[in-house]
Formats: sequence, C-alpha cells, structure tokens
Amino acid sequence: MTLWALAAQRLRRDRVGLASAAIVLAFLLVAIASGAGLLARDWGQEVAVSYAPPGFAGASAEHPSEANVPQQDYGIADPLAVELAEIRATLSGAARTKTKATALAFGADKWGRDVLKKVIKGTETSLLVGLAAAALATFLGTLFGALAGYYGRWVDDLFNWLYSVFTSIPYLLLVLAVAAVLGQKGILAVILILGLTGWTGIFRLIRAEYLRHRVREYVLAADAVGASNARRMFAHILPNASHVVLVQLSLHVVLFIKSEVILSFLGFGVGVDTVSWGSMLAEAPSELILGMWWQIAAATAAMALAVTAFSLFTDAVRDALDPRLQ
Amino acid sequence: MTYLVRRLWQFVPTLLGVVLLVFFLFNWVGGDPAYLLAGKIANPQLIENIRRSLGVDQPYWVQLWIFIKQVLTADFGASWSTNERVSQIFATRLGPSLTVLVPLLLISTFIALAAAMLVAYYRGSLTDRAIMVGCTVGQSVSILVYILVLQYFLAYQLGWFPVQGWGATLGENLLRYAALPVLVGVVVSLAPDIRLYRSFFLDEIGQDYVRTARAKGLGEGRVLWVHVLRNAAIPVLTNVMTQIPGLLAGAFLIERFFSIPGIGREVILAVERSDFPVIKAVTIYVAVATMVINLAADLLYRALDPRVQLK
Repeated sequence: MTLWALAAQRLRRDRVGLASAAIVLAFLLVAIASGAGLLARDWGQEVAVSYAPPGFAGASAEHPSEANVPQQDYGIADPLAVELAEIRATLSGAARTKTKATALAFGADKWGRDVLKKVIKGTETSLLVGLAAAALATFLGTLFGALAGYYGRWVDDLFNWLYSVFTSIPYLLLVLAVAAVLGQKGILAVILILGLTGWTGIFRLIRAEYLRHRVREYVLAADAVGASNARRMFAHILPNASHVVLVQLSLHVVLFIKSEVILSFLGFGVGVDTVSWGSMLAEAPSELILGMWWQIAAATAAMALAVTAFSLFTDAVRDALDPRLQ
Repeated sequence: MTYLVRRLWQFVPTLLGVVLLVFFLFNWVGGDPAYLLAGKIANPQLIENIRRSLGVDQPYWVQLWIFIKQVLTADFGASWSTNERVSQIFATRLGPSLTVLVPLLLISTFIALAAAMLVAYYRGSLTDRAIMVGCTVGQSVSILVYILVLQYFLAYQLGWFPVQGWGATLGENLLRYAALPVLVGVVVSLAPDIRLYRSFFLDEIGQDYVRTARAKGLGEGRVLWVHVLRNAAIPVLTNVMTQIPGLLAGAFLIERFFSIPGIGREVILAVERSDFPVIKAVTIYVAVATMVINLAADLLYRALDPRVQLK
C-alpha cells in the first residue's frame, strides 16, 4: 500500500479528524457558493433598519426601531418639516416598495445589512486570502528549499542568507512595512504581502528534507539511469517530502487567515467594497460601546469554528501521514 | 571568544541584506516619496525641492550609500509627519513598551510553565485532552477579539481598570495602566505557550533519566519539577527569547487599543501616515535586536548546559 492509502486509512479511523474535515469542507462549499453568486450575493443591500437586533420579526413589534422614534426638537418647530414629509412620501412611494425588517435572525449592521450574509461573504474573502497566500508561500518555500537542499554549496548559502534576512525582521512588522510601501488595498495586495513574506518556515523544513534525501540510494540510482537534476528534484524527491508540504500548507492557511484579519482590521487589508472577518471586526469597537454585540459575535464564531476545524484537520493529517509523531 | 567574534562577523551579511531589503522596498517599490510628502495640491517646483532635500534625485547607488550611512550612524533623520528626530521617538517610546512587555513575558511564562506541567502530569487523560482542545479553540480566536471583549467588559462595563491611558510615573503605569494590557497579553499567549511547553515536557518524559529517577523512588512531582524542568529549560528559554523582538513591535495592537505610547503604536501610526523614516528605522533596529538576542540565547545555553558545544 502506498503512503497515501495508509494515511487515508488512518485518517478514516480518526473521528475528530473526520469531523473537522467535514467542517472545513462545509466552509469551502460556502465560500465557493458565495464566490459563484449563489449565496449572499445581495449582502450590500439595506434589508433592515440600522442595527436591527438579532431575533425574529414577530418579536420586534415591542421595540420601535430608531428610525421611527421622533427626533427631539427642543421646542423649535422644524421649518422644513412639511416639505421634507412630502419628499419622503414621494420617495418611499416611488422607490421603496420593500419594507425594512426591524429584526433579523443574526442582526444587522450600521447600514442595515444582514450580518449573516456579511459573514458568508467574509468567509469567501478570508478563505480565498488564506488559501491563495498559503499556496504562494508554500510554492516559494518548497522551490527555494528544494534548490538550497539539493544543490548545496553557494546556492544553499544564498538562500540561507535570504532566510536569515527575512527572519531577522519580525513577521508582522515585515508585513506592515510591505503594506506601507504598497499603499494600496485589495485582496490581491493582501495575498501578495502575506505570500511573499511567509515562505521562511516552509523553506527551512523542505531544505532539511532535501538534505536528507539527496544522498539516499534511490536518488543516486536515478542519477545512474540518467535522470536530470530537475527530474530528480521534483519527480523523485518531492513526492517523498510532499507530506511536509501538505501539512505546512494547511498550517499556513490558518496563519494567513489570522494575519488577514489583523491587516484588514487596521485598514491595510481588503478594500471598503469587500467584506472580510477582519473588516467586520473593525466595525466592532464603536458597536460594542453602544451594546451591539452581534456583529463581533458572528465574525468571531465563524472565524473560531473555521480556524479550529482547520487546525484539528491539520493535526489529523499530520498524525495520519507520520504515525511516529503521536 | 573566537566564537563571539565570528558570530558578530556573521551579522554583517545579514544586516546588509536587511538594509538592501528595506532599501528595495522603500526606494523602489514604494515609489517617489516626494509626491506623498507634497500632498494633494502639489506644484512641480515643490516636488523638485522635496526630491532634492531627500536625495531621491540622485542615482540609486548614491541613495543606497546615504541609507547605509544612516544605518551606521543610527541617525535616520526626522519623522516626515511630526518632524521629531527618529532617535528621539525611539528613546521616548521604549520605556512604555518595556513597562508592558517585561511583566507580560514573566507572568505568561510562569503560568504557561505551571499549566503545561500540570497537563504533562495528567498526559493522555481527559483533563489533558480537554485542555488541549481548549487551547486549540482559544488560539483560533483572533487577538483582536480578546482585546475588544476584555477591554469592554473589564474596563468599560465593570470599571476594574482604566479603559485606556498612560500616566507619568513608572509605579502608576505599572499598577494602574499596564495591568489590563498585561492581562490581555497573558490570556492571548497562554494557549500557544501551553501547547508548546507541553510538547517539550513530553519529549523529556520519554528519556531514560526520567525512568532512572522514578526507579530510585522519587515522587512524580519531584521528577517533573526538578529533573524534567531543568532539561526542558533550554527549548523554553529559546521560545521566550525569540518572542522578545516580535513582541516589541508585535504588541502594537495592545498598545493601540490601550493608548500606550510605545514602539508598536508608533509603527502603526507611521504606516498609516506613510512615515517612511520611522518604519525604516524600526525595521533595522528590530532586526539588529533579533540578531543580538539570538546570539545571547546561544551564549545562555552554553552557560546553562555544558554539553552544548558552540561552533
């Protein structure tokens, strides 16, 4: 049996691993559905009154929404009241046929947008950033690690030098410095920032794998039958190091999802027209002061569930691929 | 001694690399700073003047030389937005950062060690598994949520701590203003630290000397707290040491939320204002600090464990 078949067998016996795999899969499906426009396409619509609390529409009759509360006029009559009322009547008669809900199952944000839909859309953004950045970082780390470990000598020195340069700057500081010079927001910018700075850990591990493997007999045999350097590196050694790559990829997804949240929170992440878990948390401080807890709760719950499931899944995959580590 | 000289000599290429990386980022990727500085209403004359005063009208190798001279003399000029000397900024911001970081590191290391020891003692049991799952869940919640929620409940709702602020004397800062930030930092770092230290302890528990200690009749408590802890001290120490430079800049979220005038908050402000001299300086300083601390950690191993050979 191959390594992968054995690993799959072990994984099937691991109940925590299977459960977390199911949750990860569910998150991925939600993200894909959201990306394809099947879910939460109208997340930007004003479907409820501002800060509609979580609950069901029937229960909301007792709480008159803020919009219906008459404003304090301190005894001074509004001179424009009549005209404004007329304008409002024509506007609502012509444009607005749909009434705004006073309560939603998961509440609404400042602009009356459904928090549930924002969470779904945020899942898409956060997972996209996490997966793409992890793929980029893993690709770079694997390539550099393979070159350094396989060729050794000055190639190794060069990449080790690059490694020590990148690791002597703390990760988040490096990310912030790159964000400062890029000066532009957006999903692509975040992916590039995280992916181009986050390859060092993977490099270290892959380099060690290649150092170990390049003197093994199967590689020497491949050399003897005339396999090229590239073929030995990627067709012969890489499959034997691929379990490290997979585990690292999964670990970095979690790391980058968390980093994206911090970047977006600080305003250096995704743009204002995109919603992510980080940008939802960024609205939370002013909401909490007013006692509106539902947006931070929803974003935190979604993120905690996704990240926990991903972490447990990574642990399960690692245990399944390398049974010596228990 | 020869070891020390050789290690210090190795700083040169790494530092040169950091300088090149920072230079590449800010002078090449970052674009022309004159447009940033001149603001929205800029005329060509103004831009030309700014370019000349910053030296960006010179060829790249001259600019690089200017930057290397700045690094060597530790004089990064003045902040673009406040015109304060960069060295002055760091001298005044270091104190508040350390006021939070030193108690944070001490308390969190101590608690994490005790908790990890406890978990290692009950290894494999339900307690162990429950705490490990709790740590995984705890780690998955963003640091932002910890800060926001703890600040909201403990400071704003219950009023146990000041919501934010900073005083004039060390004692006042330490007892009054740094208390909640330190608490938040401890809560955040506990989950990953417990997991890590538990794995260090479990590595040691399988060793022969532990079996010997048990065989000669020592209690489990003494085995863990004396024999295992001594041997696990080295990886624990590495972890604590390597956290320091990252914390110096990485505590920026805590410093920002609690309005602590430390280095982390300065970094965020600098990034928001595109204040390149400050970011450049902090990157170089922290890189140097990282290298020095790594060297110090290696020397400390030697002092702690005579088996360690420094090559």
